[in-house]
Amino acid sequence: MSAVAPWLSGSLVFLGAAVIAVPLSRALGLGAIIGYLAAGLVIGPFGLGLVRDPETILHFAELGVVLMLFLVGLELEPRRLWALRRPIFGWGSAQVIGCAAVLVCAAWALGVPWKLALVAALGLALSSTAIALQVMDERNMMATSAGQAGFAILLFQDVAAIPILALIPLLGGVERPDDGSTWIEAARAIGVVLAIVLGGRLLLRPLFRWIARSNTPEIFTAASLLLVVGTAALMQAAGLSMALGAFLAGVLLAESEYRRELETDVEPFKGLLLGLFFIAVGMSVDFDALLRQPLLVLGLLIAFLAIKGVVLWGLARAIGLPWQERPVFALLLAQGGEFAFVVFQAAAGARVLDAETTSLLIGAVALSMLLTPLLLVALDRWVLPRYAQVERSDMPLLEEPQDAPIIIAGFGRYGQIVGRMLYANGLKATVLEHDAEQIDFLRRFDFSVYYGDATRLDLLRKAGAASAKVLVIAIDDVDKSLKVADMAREHFPQLTVVARARNVTHWYALRDRGVRHVERETLDASLMTARSVLEAMGWQPHRARTLALHFRRHSLEQLERAWPHHKDEAKLVSMARAGRQQLEELFAQERAAREARRREGWGE
Amino acid sequence: MAPVLVLTAHPDLRLSRVNRALLDAARELAARAGGALEVRDLYALYPDYLIDVAAEQAAAERARLIVWQHPIHWYSMPPLMKLWVDEVLALGWAYGAGRDGRPARALAGRDLWLVASTGGPESAYSPRGYNRYFFDAFLPPYEQTAALCGLRFLPPLVLHGALAASREGVEAHSRAYAERLERYPDWPELAELEECPACDMPPGDRPAAAAALREAA
Repeated sequence: MSAVAPWLSGSLVFLGAAVIAVPLSRALGLGAIIGYLAAGLVIGPFGLGLVRDPETILHFAELGVVLMLFLVGLELEPRRLWALRRPIFGWGSAQVIGCAAVLVCAAWALGVPWKLALVAALGLALSSTAIALQVMDERNMMATSAGQAGFAILLFQDVAAIPILALIPLLGGVERPDDGSTWIEAARAIGVVLAIVLGGRLLLRPLFRWIARSNTPEIFTAASLLLVVGTAALMQAAGLSMALGAFLAGVLLAESEYRRELETDVEPFKGLLLGLFFIAVGMSVDFDALLRQPLLVLGLLIAFLAIKGVVLWGLARAIGLPWQERPVFALLLAQGGEFAFVVFQAAAGARVLDAETTSLLIGAVALSMLLTPLLLVALDRWVLPRYAQVERSDMPLLEEPQDAPIIIAGFGRYGQIVGRMLYANGLKATVLEHDAEQIDFLRRFDFSVYYGDATRLDLLRKAGAASAKVLVIAIDDVDKSLKVADMAREHFPQLTVVARARNVTHWYALRDRGVRHVERETLDASLMTARSVLEAMGWQPHRARTLALHFRRHSLEQLERAWPHHKDEAKLVSMARAGRQQLEELFAQERAAREARRREGWGE
Repeated sequence: MAPVLVLTAHPDLRLSRVNRALLDAARELAARAGGALEVRDLYALYPDYLIDVAAEQAAAERARLIVWQHPIHWYSMPPLMKLWVDEVLALGWAYGAGRDGRPARALAGRDLWLVASTGGPESAYSPRGYNRYFFDAFLPPYEQTAALCGLRFLPPLVLHGALAASREGVEAHSRAYAERLERYPDWPELAELEECPACDMPPGDRPAAAAALREAA
């Protein structure tokens, strides 16, 4: 490899490692960050030894962290932050300070020096934004109060990282000569910050406007990177954290018209460099140290997860989250995150932590990130089902058998409209809903809703399914909905099932189960929107309505025609294409017919 | 039994006695008659007023007798029935010139029978009554629609005073109706009926270039 220039071979190694490791780790459900860490571990001095000198890479890769914080500042919306200030700053600070405080006390009680304890606690208190957000999205939690609380706390952590990072160089620090230079240093630091803020406010936007006018897109990108690198350099010269400078620069540009462009330009660099950073972190992990003291690492892991879990549980109660949502909330925020790596690296750089401790801490955090998917699976399998079974005493339970002719399973937006239409016409329905919060909400409006899982046979029986005429399945969860349809077909064949389909696949699945009345939940609303658009374009309203109804009829016919083949994707694709063509021809023919009639004067 | 098509149009059958009885009688006869009698309840088939023109034209072509059974609203037919007339009796199919320029007479030679009911009594339909005209005065639109399509307009079967009709009266009326449906074309009065008047549209009345394409919908 001596013929190859080092930068070339280095890039080869890094890019190769990333490209192999990250997709692998994602496929295993472990997320990208674990992949980068693993890649670093493998290629670093403790692994295959392909890279001998992780330190230089690390310093370069810190640019990734700096860019990340620049983007955090850029994407900050001061108005939104202010609107959400209570959850973000209230609960967020409660979480960070609470966790950190308990961790510091625990560490101190074990005899750890206070600087080390403080840095470790602050790093461990932060959670993994990327992983938590992703999981919350997957589990559809964003609409729940746990999801919103979690999001607010994560947002706060993004911001909280700045003071923490700013604190570290001050904690560390070489021995200073005991003269007035500390005041000079302090003054210089404040001066630099002021310069950035004032200069930023006055100069940045005109500068970018001038650059934008040059109409060379790559120069705009270069300028944004120059800005970040420049502020970072300034801050470092003043002995402050680079990240803070970048964050400030980002905030200064957050409300400018260049924000979107800056985001798009900087994002790819941030992605790659951050990945490089995590690789570098992985490389610097002293795997031997971990292997030498496995119990210590495990102990650290269990301790900090447990402590954070308890504090978060308490916080969840204080916020008032429903008890079913607390376990996931606590688990998601308890794990350590990528910010911990940043903090520990910075601390190592500032000599607050020694190399071995840093490795131990990083190891513990990485293990926690590895453990979280497994813990979530365990939660889903053993803990949450038990929660679902335990009937809350304050929920309206189905006690006596019901005999209304209609049963509505699922009383969200969809089911409610069905219910209201029926009630308004004097029809009685027994309503089953499984979301405790939804029921609390509905009870305030005087709806009579029973708490229960409609996929339970005994509950359906109690609700009168054996004697009812119609079962409305308005559940949004596809699997649950299909399960209810199966049960109805098997145990209550006399029921007419009317079901809501989330999408075409769901529609096919319901039809497969013999349900004749299936409605796609967005079809009619979208058609109404299309009608409005046609009218806005000047078309006659009645014409728009007729076209929409023709479209609807055609769409339904297409669906019925494709249904027997819905398991054959190639056939579906060709049928869909044919269907689109047919619809165009249909409408073209109609237009021609109308033309003809108009010409003959029928339209008089 | 000759092939018969019954088109029923009542906006709200729940409120109907006479038309519902007639509809039930026709349905019961249809069940017995195999495929010879087809009953189409327009408001049930097309609640959204989206008529399947091709299906309706096919049904009309299959029959020899077409029955329009509906209540008289404002001296005319209910709106969905009118929509049927507007859309199904299309230019180039039921009347006018077809694609090839020759007269389009898909329904020529068939019979059209109006079976109607009115709310007010027969006495109201007279120059001294509040409807000011005899009931016959409101028939020309029906007659002429039939004539332009080449349909023979049979003497209508009308029940006046439907709102006040007794149960026995309605039952008797339904029985008579069903019996006529079954006996068609064996009706004594048909022998004396005139042929359908010829109503040929001069070619200039509807531009030939606009010879209609069959309604694609």
